[in-house]
Amino acid sequence: MVRSKNNDAYMSATRGLCMRSMMELDQSCSNLREYGSEQSLLSKPDGSSTFVQGDTSILAGVYGPAEVKVSKEIYDRATVEVLIQPKMGLPGVRERAREQCVRETCEAALLLTLHPRSSVTVILQLIHDDGSLLSCCLNAACMALMDAGLPMSHLFCSVTCAISKEGQIITDPTALQEKESRALLTFAIDSVECNVLMSSTTGSFSVQELQQCIAISQKASEQIFQFYRDSVKRRYSKIK
Amino acid sequence: MTSTAEPLEYHRSFLKENCRPDGRELGEFRPTTLNISSISTADGSALVKIGNTTVICGIKAELTMPPSDAPNKGYIVPNVDLPPLCSSRFRPGPPGEQAQAASQFIADVIESSDLINREELCIEKSKLCWVLYCDIMCLDYDGNLLDACIIVLLAALKNARLPEVTINKETDLAEVDIQKKRHLKINRHPVGSSFVIFDDSIIIVDPTAEEESLSTALLTVVTDEEDRLCAVHKPGGTSLSGEKLQHCINRAITRNKEISKLVDKVIESMKMAK
Repeated sequence: MVRSKNNDAYMSATRGLCMRSMMELDQSCSNLREYGSEQSLLSKPDGSSTFVQGDTSILAGVYGPAEVKVSKEIYDRATVEVLIQPKMGLPGVRERAREQCVRETCEAALLLTLHPRSSVTVILQLIHDDGSLLSCCLNAACMALMDAGLPMSHLFCSVTCAISKEGQIITDPTALQEKESRALLTFAIDSVECNVLMSSTTGSFSVQELQQCIAISQKASEQIFQFYRDSVKRRYSKIK
Repeated sequence: MTSTAEPLEYHRSFLKENCRPDGRELGEFRPTTLNISSISTADGSALVKIGNTTVICGIKAELTMPPSDAPNKGYIVPNVDLPPLCSSRFRPGPPGEQAQAASQFIADVIESSDLINREELCIEKSKLCWVLYCDIMCLDYDGNLLDACIIVLLAALKNARLPEVTINKETDLAEVDIQKKRHLKINRHPVGSSFVIFDDSIIIVDPTAEEESLSTALLTVVTDEEDRLCAVHKPGGTSLSGEKLQHCINRAITRNKEISKLVDKVIESMKMAK
């Protein structure tokens, strides 16, 4: 089994973070923390990955296409199930809301009609939460789905923006920055047309701030998609 | 082509003429009716009907100790319940994913919009505070649950009256004066508007349950009376371009004004009736 250790190479590649300041958005910059990923680390799931953003770390496992309970089966498509396990305790209402976001994003990306009456299960285990949790979950889920080899119509990645009390927009905030922010916006962007697939927000903000955050997220997503491409290329070039 | 054999084609044939099977236009909401103080045993209650979707909310206030990490704040606990009564898709048992996600969404809207000041709910710092249990129950599910939940919660909170509570200095016990009741102070009036995306391109407002099941994506925008956005909730599905999103936000802003007028009218009529 090929294990692609992306961590070392990519930690160094992304260490020099590029600060992009856009003409219209002089107060904010598209600045992501160091990110890294590893695929195929677990033996039992069909696909698995970890995704690390700064200190936030998520481990994802994908099983599928597999059998589905008759009560949950859909006659013409696969059923997608997402489970998010917190670090401590049992999943609660907050995890359910996140699961709904991850599930519907995966359903839009996967070609479900190729596997009717089957199930695709994505399990996300929280390892450490230091901000941008939902983004990290979505990125880990996408890498795990790629690792499992499930057919997808497009890839997706996710970026979180925090609006501070002074109105400055911070991308990929840490837990401390999130706590001190006035609003938190998480977007999932698709790889083909760079449109918004998923949006989850807390806090209040104006329409202009929303448009700015979407523009910043779209810019930042280009970096993450390039990372997906490079890590897959690197992994498959190692196979003899 | 019939509505049961090929529901998608049936809906498409209407959308081509820019209308929907129930005769509404693409940007038209169903008639909304609001009724308050329907539950006499609750401290505040409201019932809303958006078309056939019927949602009721009851507020119960209880006394407890404030949280240790915020000793000057009270609690507000929303809970959305989707019983098997409202639709055949919900089975009896623990709350399903839709109910839990809706509960979390309402809790987020309450916090994001700064609807109620939690410091107001504190009676005595570190000793006594109110906890408002907001139980939202759907009686008839015909789509657009989240909008109805927000309206009914807002109306019930405006209707809620809490008794005066003082702490007796000698006995250190709480004394509740049921004769003196006061309303809660509501800072903002968030109102939600839900949209669905059909066939990746057509956006329709206020979906029925059938339209929701045939749609490719769901979007809920919550605005307050100052035209600020409190939530842009799109849990997934097909992508949305920037201009379509802007169009939805504009529609949500107009809807906010309509619903605010409705809630104010109903509250006024209650006061006049007394």
